[in-house]
Amino acid sequence: TTPGLILFFQSGRRLGTGVRLGLGLRMNRTKGDEEEYWNSSKFKAFTFDDEDDELSQLKESKRAVNSLRDFVDDDDDDDLERVSWTGEPVGSISWSIKETAGNSGSTHEGREQLKSRNSFSSYAQLPKPTSAYSLSSFFRGRTRPGSFQSLSDALSDTPAKSYAPELGRPKGEYRDYSNDWSPSDTVRRLRKGKVLIFLKRTLSKEILFRELEVRQIALRHLIHFLKEIGDQKMLLDLFRFLDRTEELALSHYREHLNIQDPDKRKEFLKTCIGLPFSAEDSAHIQDHYTLLERQIIIEANDRHLESAGQTEIFRKHPRKASILNMPLVTTLFYSCFYHYTEAEGTFSSPVNLKKTFKIPDKQYVLTALAARAKLRAWNDVDALFTTKNWLGYTKKRAPIGFHRVVEILHKNNAPVQILQEYVNLVEDVDTKLNLATKFKCHDVVIDSCRDLKDRQQLLAYRSKVDKGSAEEEKIDALLSSSQIRWKN
Amino acid sequence: MAFPHRPDAPELPDFSMLKRLARDQLIYLLEQVTSWKKDLFIEADLMSPLDRIANVSILKRNQHEVDKLYKVENKPALSSSEQLCFLVRPRIKNMRYIASLVNADKVAGRTRKYKVIFSPQKFYACEMVLEEEGIYGDVSCDEWAFSLLPLDVDLLSMELPEFFRDYFLEGDQRWINTVAQALHLLSTLYGPFPNCYGIGRCAKMAYELWRKLEEEEDGETKGRRPEIGHIFLLDRDVDFVTALCSQVVYEGLVDDTFRIKCGSVDFGPEVTSSDKSLKVLLNAEDKVFHEIRNEHFSNVFGFLSQKARNLQAQYDRRRGMDIKQMKNFVSQELKGLKQEHRLLSLHIGACESIMKKKTKQDFQELIKTEHALLEGFNIRESTSYIEEHIDRQVSPIESLRLMCLLSITENGLIPKDYRSLKTQYLQSYGPEHLLTFSNLRRAGLLTEQGPGDTLTAVESKVSKLVTDKAAGKITDAFSSLAKRSNFRAISKKLNLVCGTGMVRGVGGFIPLWSTFLGGNVLERRSWQGLDEVVRLLNCGDFAFTDMTKEDKASSESLRLILVVFLGGCTFSEISALRFLGREKGKREFIFLTTAVTNSARLMEAMSEVKA
Repeated sequence: TTPGLILFFQSGRRLGTGVRLGLGLRMNRTKGDEEEYWNSSKFKAFTFDDEDDELSQLKESKRAVNSLRDFVDDDDDDDLERVSWTGEPVGSISWSIKETAGNSGSTHEGREQLKSRNSFSSYAQLPKPTSAYSLSSFFRGRTRPGSFQSLSDALSDTPAKSYAPELGRPKGEYRDYSNDWSPSDTVRRLRKGKVLIFLKRTLSKEILFRELEVRQIALRHLIHFLKEIGDQKMLLDLFRFLDRTEELALSHYREHLNIQDPDKRKEFLKTCIGLPFSAEDSAHIQDHYTLLERQIIIEANDRHLESAGQTEIFRKHPRKASILNMPLVTTLFYSCFYHYTEAEGTFSSPVNLKKTFKIPDKQYVLTALAARAKLRAWNDVDALFTTKNWLGYTKKRAPIGFHRVVEILHKNNAPVQILQEYVNLVEDVDTKLNLATKFKCHDVVIDSCRDLKDRQQLLAYRSKVDKGSAEEEKIDALLSSSQIRWKN
Repeated sequence: MAFPHRPDAPELPDFSMLKRLARDQLIYLLEQVTSWKKDLFIEADLMSPLDRIANVSILKRNQHEVDKLYKVENKPALSSSEQLCFLVRPRIKNMRYIASLVNADKVAGRTRKYKVIFSPQKFYACEMVLEEEGIYGDVSCDEWAFSLLPLDVDLLSMELPEFFRDYFLEGDQRWINTVAQALHLLSTLYGPFPNCYGIGRCAKMAYELWRKLEEEEDGETKGRRPEIGHIFLLDRDVDFVTALCSQVVYEGLVDDTFRIKCGSVDFGPEVTSSDKSLKVLLNAEDKVFHEIRNEHFSNVFGFLSQKARNLQAQYDRRRGMDIKQMKNFVSQELKGLKQEHRLLSLHIGACESIMKKKTKQDFQELIKTEHALLEGFNIRESTSYIEEHIDRQVSPIESLRLMCLLSITENGLIPKDYRSLKTQYLQSYGPEHLLTFSNLRRAGLLTEQGPGDTLTAVESKVSKLVTDKAAGKITDAFSSLAKRSNFRAISKKLNLVCGTGMVRGVGGFIPLWSTFLGGNVLERRSWQGLDEVVRLLNCGDFAFTDMTKEDKASSESLRLILVVFLGGCTFSEISALRFLGREKGKREFIFLTTAVTNSARLMEAMSEVKA
């Protein structure tokens, strides 16, 4: 390995061993080099985790580059812009379309003149194209003048005949002839969909369906074609004929996406209940209906409350969007945000939603936590994790694990005192220490080091706290204490 | 750091010819419309590709007289032109839009001429809609066979993202013809391909169709010396795993984070550190990007800081200069340095932005979970990680992706997990995703483990009903159900086949393609030795090779390999193969894909609820 390479690889970092294979493309190093590289301890792992460390190198490069900016920016860099890239340059098609759009008003003509002048001058600069006609061999036959050719003429039309000769035959013979479609013929014949369209138009539905049933590729083409042109009725008939009940049900259900009005959509969903879905999907469809039904009620009620302006929560936190057609979890979040304390009997209460839709504990806690933390309702957060046993003792318990709780609280800018409380509840010592360090819960770090009797780590941490702070004093007191039997 | 320029690398074919060809063809079509002024309506999806080959002044030049440009959208047209020209993809909704314009004109008693140019080709279903809407006689139709857009010196895209859903979900083969046409065009321009390989059902069909086209137009490619020695056709569904993993090379990360569209990306203010966004072309011409695009993200920082230091040193040189030297410096070097400076600060900004986003979403833990899934350990832990993702309403696409990864690597989810994850997913992201789950099941991306014998009973029942040999032993309708991913077995097998020390690709996993293209198939010129893997991939009938006997191919051309991805490929896959070409020395891969994709795009294509 050349010295240059070593230098370079020192600046690249090592990935955790678990992902070392993930290193995409490295230099042509021999296997031995590679092993040595991975195993030597000089190199720290590359992670996307610790922002500061990884970004420092970038920041440094950025500073270097920025320091040059004064020098670079002192004259016009317009020419540079043209040289290296296009920010939708004048003359690009997207640019022109935007221009047309902006132009449709009255200043139309003046601008138009300007533009034509513009294009004329650029035209003058352009080299004359090599004759387009010399290339005609490449698109020979593709630009048939008067290529109108009604489909109903297809029978007498020669190109169509050579393309699908069986179409010219009497229907009686059709079947025999079509039996020997080879795979590649099938592709050729179907590739432009002409055969299919013709058959669709000429054969009665029953015969068409029967013929296609044994030709799966053609069948798939027809299904896709019907979906594309939106012939829902025929599509459903086809599924019915083929006895593909589940596809029939799904196809019918798909239609609800085209219905905007919430009440009409709800009514439509009602017609979906009882269709032959799989058992599992039937339950989902039922839930979908129930959810929209609830949302309509909640929406009407809350819109009224909000416009009346009497309810504090709506005044302080005006709703940003309607709850209609939102997913269940979003609805739960909404209800935890605006209707947290409501009794189970009301449709909008979180507990009611939880029961109706059998939301798992984990999901419920996660959502409620996010909602209450956003409102900075720390008491609610506290209550969420407090359980009482039959003797009346309270205990903290989190189905999602307290490390997650801490992360979510941190994301919602919880104060350090609150964070600290939950960091302390994390059971795994290493995780606890990591989280405490990450979120700067000094007391937790210091106490953990003390409990671990880890003098070295405590010493190292001393440099991370502010000079002259209470934390520093606390560390110093511990370090000079003769009571502790340090392990290192 | 980056791949040094290799003097031994074969020269790449000149793909800019394709751009000129497409442009001239479009101009030709526009000139066909009688020389009156016309307004051109362009479909949104065609705008970016069009921008890469032409600009307004070309369209507006005298002979073709395009007056104004509009976007095809659901709004009434304000155009006052006598002729309207529509440049669209062959989609039903476009036909309905055109019909509504024409019919509105009819009601208003207005007569205009209308022309529809379909790109890349016309489907009869579109004409049928025009006929049904009663305007078939009012419009004329044409085709603009623009199906190959060079995004970079080694990358061609058909810009057909819908290929994936249409074929792999709906089983519609409409685009196979387009692929065959595109391949035919390539062989017309760059000579025949002496060695052809492929794996996958779609690959085989496209190949056969292409061969047929060549036979029909016999003679056109005869006598030409091949420029590209090998062509390799691959179906996306042969390897979903690679595409579903997080990307860790720079270009892939930029795509995952900012979405590269048609070879360019919009960098927002957070990247440009100014108040405006910049549209930046990302290709080999961007020298800084070119050097870092294929690198693992962790290597990129080091490179960028080295670059920054070098740049600083070069600027510093001017301090000791006398006037003459300074003049030279300004006239010769400054411009290059300034450009490099701009590029450098842009990519540093992009890195910073990626780091911030990835840190926020706990990328490290995500990568660990993906790795565990690939290795097949801690399945319970990974499952609860996914569960928590869902419960906390982290991005719906991400959750779906992880579930699919779990399903494919485990040959389907155990029924209990399937049900509980699905229920939680519907609760978190909306009940209508029921349809998404049904799609994923059909495509074989997210399935439930079933007792094997039940399945066989269904299969045999179905196969009795079926006479169509094209569908194979089992029908398409059930093939995805029956199709086992066998990921674990394949992964084990290939480690045996190629040993260790092979190219490491995306997120802890060797892309399947790398093992195919890494020598085995190319060197032996057959799938021999990979029989078992091919069988496990359910591709027994669809792995093929075809070599021409007479060897006119130069040794130069035999070092060029065109890889065709049917259903899309990711930047990570491209990177892995670029690397492979260099590692194997003296080889160069060129790519043709139906579209550049990534895990999010794949999942969105399967999603029934459009954002």
